[in-house]
Amino acid sequence: MSTLELRGVHAGYGKAQVLHDVSLHVGDGSITTLLGANGAGKTTTLRAISGLVRSTGEILIDGRPIPSAPDAVARLGVAHVPQGRGTIGQLSVDDNLKAGALLRRDRVQARADLRRLRELFPVLGERAQSQAAGLSGGEQQMLAIARALMGRPSILLLDEPSLGLAPLITKELFVLLPRLRDEWGLTVLVVEQNADLALSVGDHAVVLESGRVVLTGTAREISGHDEVRRAYLGN
Amino acid sequence: MNLLQQVLDGLSSGSVYATLALALVLVHRSTGIVNFAQGQMAVISTYVAWTLYDAGVPVWGAIGAAIVLSLVVGALVERFLIRRFEGGEPLAAIVVTVGLLISVNGLVSLIWGTVLKQFPSAFPPGGVGSGSGGTIGYGTLGTIGALLVVVLALNWLFRHTRLGLAFRAVAANPESSALLGLPVGRLLMLGWGLAAAVGALAGCLVAPKLYLAPEMMDSVLTYALAAAVLGGLNSALGTVLAAWFIGVVENLAGTYVSFVGGDMKIAVPLVLMVLILLLKPEGVFGHKEVRRV
Repeated sequence: MSTLELRGVHAGYGKAQVLHDVSLHVGDGSITTLLGANGAGKTTTLRAISGLVRSTGEILIDGRPIPSAPDAVARLGVAHVPQGRGTIGQLSVDDNLKAGALLRRDRVQARADLRRLRELFPVLGERAQSQAAGLSGGEQQMLAIARALMGRPSILLLDEPSLGLAPLITKELFVLLPRLRDEWGLTVLVVEQNADLALSVGDHAVVLESGRVVLTGTAREISGHDEVRRAYLGN
Repeated sequence: MNLLQQVLDGLSSGSVYATLALALVLVHRSTGIVNFAQGQMAVISTYVAWTLYDAGVPVWGAIGAAIVLSLVVGALVERFLIRRFEGGEPLAAIVVTVGLLISVNGLVSLIWGTVLKQFPSAFPPGGVGSGSGGTIGYGTLGTIGALLVVVLALNWLFRHTRLGLAFRAVAANPESSALLGLPVGRLLMLGWGLAAAVGALAGCLVAPKLYLAPEMMDSVLTYALAAAVLGGLNSALGTVLAAWFIGVVENLAGTYVSFVGGDMKIAVPLVLMVLILLLKPEGVFGHKEVRRV
């Protein structure tokens, strides 16, 4: 577990500025939901944290500034499950999971983690030798999360895990989040379009609009905020 | 010359093509670029080996040193030249590698001149068998053996080591691999370095059969490209089988088909390559990508 803090972060692609002065705080061991309309800058916020887009301002983990290269950020314990999941289709399910643990030195513990994850997601054990590209969307999302956990991160960034998944599977995935947080010692920042679902399992929420933070609060406060519901959450 | 001898000679030439083709495949798999300068880089490596040998280093030592040096230089070429063209316009990358080919060719002529040099064989003279069956040279067997060692070593590296898994992950999806903490840049450098090292071996294997000259690898590169394309540009086994096939067909056609002869035999693999591209663009051994949309 770790705390994650953004202070006055600006980021964008080329000349198109996407994030304007974003500040937010993700508390140790919390699940924080990042909400907002399409194009509000949710994905860019995650990409700025993991170094995939260049940013200015301060991004701190446990009070220390993070490095700028994505691989260095990952080695610091930040796992980013990107939109579209980022599993490597040509590799087998097993190789994907092992790739997640390539940088670990505690190989015995890594093997134990692999067994644990196969118990949690039995399909990953059953289809260990299949090409990852052949898995269904829900199975790929499980693989993406499991692969992220194989690196024993302290911070998990999840970008729209529900994208392209059936509602029931999405729900199962979200219900699992608090358990993963507790069992694997995670701090979670999750981007999600399905606000009601995300707020139901999250502790805190941050609402972005046009690249600016317009509201922060506990999940309960945000979901009870009528104006917010109408303006940003679409109901 | 009997048929067996012809076939083995074909396999031996094919092994040289295969070695260079494996270098092409290594680069293509890791960076998606076809390195047209791969043969020319091998030439300069071979000249380095020759220079060391000329200065009194034993032949195996000279070849070994050239291979190690090529590993370093190949990595530097990736880092300082190719890096900025990766993932961009494929045509730009092709132009850069062709430019590298021409520059290195000029550099070789400048340093060593264009006079042919004799390169020592790493294998003893003579061979096995005699009489009506003819002899099979140690050089022929050694070349085939060297390729087999390279193939087994690469296969072990890619299939059974953590480094190999990292290579495969980075080749398939660099961004995703970076998010897993893999040092993508350093792995790509190592990929190019390995390719240059394998290419250097190809140069040192072929040089004793020909003379050492700045253009020595031009025809080898043609055959190697044909083999890599036949093999689908991503399958090591496919590439080796294709290169052997090309070597044997070239040799047999040159000997037994009267109108082909020694001069026309270079056309044989090219005709094959065109046919394959027409009939099966993904190569004989290539696999179509499974993709979910």
